[in-house]
Amino acid sequence: MTDMALAQKMSAKENKKKTLVHQDKDFWERNRLSGGYLLQKKIMDIGLSIFRFILLFGMCFMILQPILNKISVSFMTEQDLYNPIVIAIPEHFTTANYRLAAELMSYGQALINSILISLTIAVLQITVCTLVGYGFARFEFPFKKFWFAAVILVILIPPQTIASSLHLHFRFFDILGLFKLTTGSTLNLRGSALPYYLMSAGCMGLKNGLYIFIIRQFFRGLPVDLEEAAYVDGCGMLKTFVRIMLPQAKPPITSCFLFAFVWQWTDGFYSRLFLGNTKLVSTSLSRIIDSLGAYIQRINGVKTTISVAYSNCILATGTLMIIMPLIILYLFAQRAFVESIANTGIKM
Amino acid sequence: MRGNGFMEKQKQKKKVVGLQKRKAKAGYAFIAPFVIGFLVFMIKPLWQSLNMSFCNVELGAGDFKQTWVGLTNYIYAFRVDPEFNRLLVEELSRMIVYSLAIIVFSFFVALILNQKFKGRALVRAIFFLPVILSSGVIVGLESNNQLMASLAQTIEQTTQGVSVTAALESILRTAGVGVRAYEKVFEVIDNIYDVAIASGIQIIIFLSGLQSISSSMYEAADIEGCTKWESLWKITFPMISSLFLVNWLYTVVDFCMRSDNGVIEKIQKVMVEQMQYGNASAMSWIYFLVVLAFVGITSLVISKGVYYYD
Repeated sequence: MTDMALAQKMSAKENKKKTLVHQDKDFWERNRLSGGYLLQKKIMDIGLSIFRFILLFGMCFMILQPILNKISVSFMTEQDLYNPIVIAIPEHFTTANYRLAAELMSYGQALINSILISLTIAVLQITVCTLVGYGFARFEFPFKKFWFAAVILVILIPPQTIASSLHLHFRFFDILGLFKLTTGSTLNLRGSALPYYLMSAGCMGLKNGLYIFIIRQFFRGLPVDLEEAAYVDGCGMLKTFVRIMLPQAKPPITSCFLFAFVWQWTDGFYSRLFLGNTKLVSTSLSRIIDSLGAYIQRINGVKTTISVAYSNCILATGTLMIIMPLIILYLFAQRAFVESIANTGIKM
Repeated sequence: MRGNGFMEKQKQKKKVVGLQKRKAKAGYAFIAPFVIGFLVFMIKPLWQSLNMSFCNVELGAGDFKQTWVGLTNYIYAFRVDPEFNRLLVEELSRMIVYSLAIIVFSFFVALILNQKFKGRALVRAIFFLPVILSSGVIVGLESNNQLMASLAQTIEQTTQGVSVTAALESILRTAGVGVRAYEKVFEVIDNIYDVAIASGIQIIIFLSGLQSISSSMYEAADIEGCTKWESLWKITFPMISSLFLVNWLYTVVDFCMRSDNGVIEKIQKVMVEQMQYGNASAMSWIYFLVVLAFVGITSLVISKGVYYYD
């Protein structure tokens, strides 16, 4: 019995070896048998992969080059910037640019503020958008089409259209004239972060329509049976959502959360409109050249024009400093991020 | 017996209706934040800004005054303001060219990134980096980076303006091929960096579509003797055609909201620096309507060619 099994095993092994040998056997022989087709195919495959490599390498370099360039410029002294021989590696290595940029942007405080605001806004936005996305994906209710069209409209309307009236809306904030009746004047909410939090809670913040859309698409793709089973077992709507559906929706929620955090981090429009006085990395970066001018004037006592090269060097350093946290975040999250978004399966 | 059955049916129906009602209520509860937000922070300001665009707005100490001036603000935007017309036309044509380029580029890149090769994870990570790095203020700062511009100029001078695109362009021009269209194409190629950094999300969307196509389709086509080129046009293209619509919408809208957009800059300047809220509202409404019309017409045209597989 065992002998037979052994013999069978042996013969199987031999067979395998044979086929392997057969496959390995003389490429040219097989090429001849196929009438030159094999060689043609092989050459084409290799050619294609070389072509692809060159193409991808070029494009990756194109994307990375500005960052590399910024890194090299940020370590240069002013002297190196004018030196035509110095291109990538600074001759006089210095970290003074970083110190200056940090001072000009009041980096420490701006960083803390930015982290706080981006984090809270992102959490708020994604929480609300998940709820709304789930509502759109899984429930039938009157005027559903109308409200979804409203979501699309929110994606389409440039926020600049309503910027001027929002500006006034919060400058003279009132709820149905209540404040005016009781205190005699309207509330001035400009310069506080409250309006922005209110808007984010109402899904009208930065790109919230897009998050609703992505999350809804994901929930629509999940099987309905899960929820029905939960309902049959006596789960309520909210409990089903929290316990059954939410754990499954991790991929789109993570990617939307990352988007929300990153876009909030670099946003200039909403920040300037609502958080004007709060020091944020994005707003202080966009003002860095002006503050450099003011700084040099304060030191020299006279108004001097700063050279283009030097101000751009400081700008590059500042940009690097504000994207550095994002790059670190991306390095940790990129795999999950790319996989999750590619598997979400966005479809219209 | 029969009556009983009828009653039971009725009861069941009632139950179903009850559940539906409850579900409808729950649905509204879930989307309530959006409904409230939409009414308070979108419809109301929209209405107000539409109103303001017909008014002259003056800021007072505790309030603001609106006086009805009819179409004056619109006439001002079109006929008096020195820049607005030009900026509008420029940005629209730029938008068309760049959006087309972005769609083509991202489709192409998604096709490549969908293939299997060594180092794919790394390449993907690099291609999605712009999603993070080229948003918000950074785009605006990047686009008027004078250091880079002067560097490019120096290179152009030292090499006497020899670049691949310039050479190609001169060849085509001497060959007498239609010039204007090619100029646009070469402009896009020269600014391929802008196209690449603006197409991160689009690549992701195309990629997710490509991964949802089942491989058995390609296998069947392969066995039937389809070439790769044929299966690209007969399978890949129709299967993800709906994503072209999504991407087109996203690209156009994204372009409108970029902070280096000339029209947006103009509106901001009029509103914040010159404090002319009426004029700014009129301009933004003109811009919004033009973009909406453009998006509506183009997506109607595209949706005619979209194939839905169910």
